[in-house]
Amino acid sequence: MFNFISGVKKRLWGRGGMVWGLLLALPLTAVCQVPVPAPPKASGRCVEDTQFMRRNHMMLLFKKRNETMRQGIRTPTHSLKKCIECHAQRLPDGSYRPVTDEGQFCRECHSYAGVHPDCFDCHATTPDAPAHGQ
Amino acid sequence: MTTEYQGRIEIEPVQTGEIEPGRRGFLGIMTAAVAGSGLSWIALARAPDAPVDDKSRWGILIDATKCPADCTACVTACNTENALLGHNRPTSDAQWLRKVQLKDKATGRTLSLPVGCQHCKSPPCVDVCPTGASFRRADGIVLVDKHICIGCRYCMMACPYKARSFGHEETHGQKPHSPRGKGTVEACTLCVHRVDAGQNPACVDACQQKGHGAMIFGDLNDPNSPIAKRLATEPSTQLREVLNLNTGVRYQGL
Repeated sequence: MFNFISGVKKRLWGRGGMVWGLLLALPLTAVCQVPVPAPPKASGRCVEDTQFMRRNHMMLLFKKRNETMRQGIRTPTHSLKKCIECHAQRLPDGSYRPVTDEGQFCRECHSYAGVHPDCFDCHATTPDAPAHGQ
Repeated sequence: MTTEYQGRIEIEPVQTGEIEPGRRGFLGIMTAAVAGSGLSWIALARAPDAPVDDKSRWGILIDATKCPADCTACVTACNTENALLGHNRPTSDAQWLRKVQLKDKATGRTLSLPVGCQHCKSPPCVDVCPTGASFRRADGIVLVDKHICIGCRYCMMACPYKARSFGHEETHGQKPHSPRGKGTVEACTLCVHRVDAGQNPACVDACQQKGHGAMIFGDLNDPNSPIAKRLATEPSTQLREVLNLNTGVRYQGL
């Protein structure tokens, strides 16, 4: 029994399995015409590796929010406020496009993944105007 | 050193240690730097990545005799700072700070004073919160963790000062430092984002800019702070003092 299972696993995950998997996937990609998200570029360099951020940004935001709110640690790294400052697109008139607008940074990937981020039910979607000194 | 008892603050003399010359020089430079940058000493009392502790306890002293009845500068400043944009529905719009008019029926004396969250040391809102969303920060600021607030509004019923509001409607135009939305309870945060940056709350600054000087903000635990000195030498009261909540907001001239 064990040999049978490991044999199936080998076939699925081995080189032959991968070829079969790719052959199966080709017609699927032809059917599903969902474009891969292409979020706009940020104005600065991210504090973490892109691949790490794609998987773990929520964990970092959870940790940072509790530190900020409960302990008053307002360092910029991993704070939602700083993320938005960097990722919100600036318009020629000096204003910002909300990160939740169609095609904008947060919306682009979350729409693709079918996830609704609750952050912006409360949090601002653009950086503060410079007049407030923030 | 300061010892706090229920309902009353007693300030004990500070034991000052000898400061070695090098350290004194450093402190002198830092003091000059702070004075030059316009920040108060509290800005450097804590490193930016250090958590708040109970060495400080923030409070406001409000002198009702200096507060004119027709002035609402503090309320306006609060609404602007935290983007409390109402829906023109006074019964349900958020109100973190309000002006209260008092009249002594026997003598006819009238008073006007701002009332908001009193930042109690023993806050009833924290006692009743079923999720732990209502909490008191180590430095005495009472806040709502809106991430885990379920909007049950027990805290609003428990608060003896009617200080809390409920987000009845979807909110837009929030400030990055003051997130707020539908379905959670909110109240005065003592402008915690400004306090953490070493600034006064917006209401206190607005009152000073108007020239009334009816509000002073500071550390109740620091015997050298103007607020602690005033409390140590002049009479002051807490609203509903019999409840023994040891409020961070104190009043004079009531």
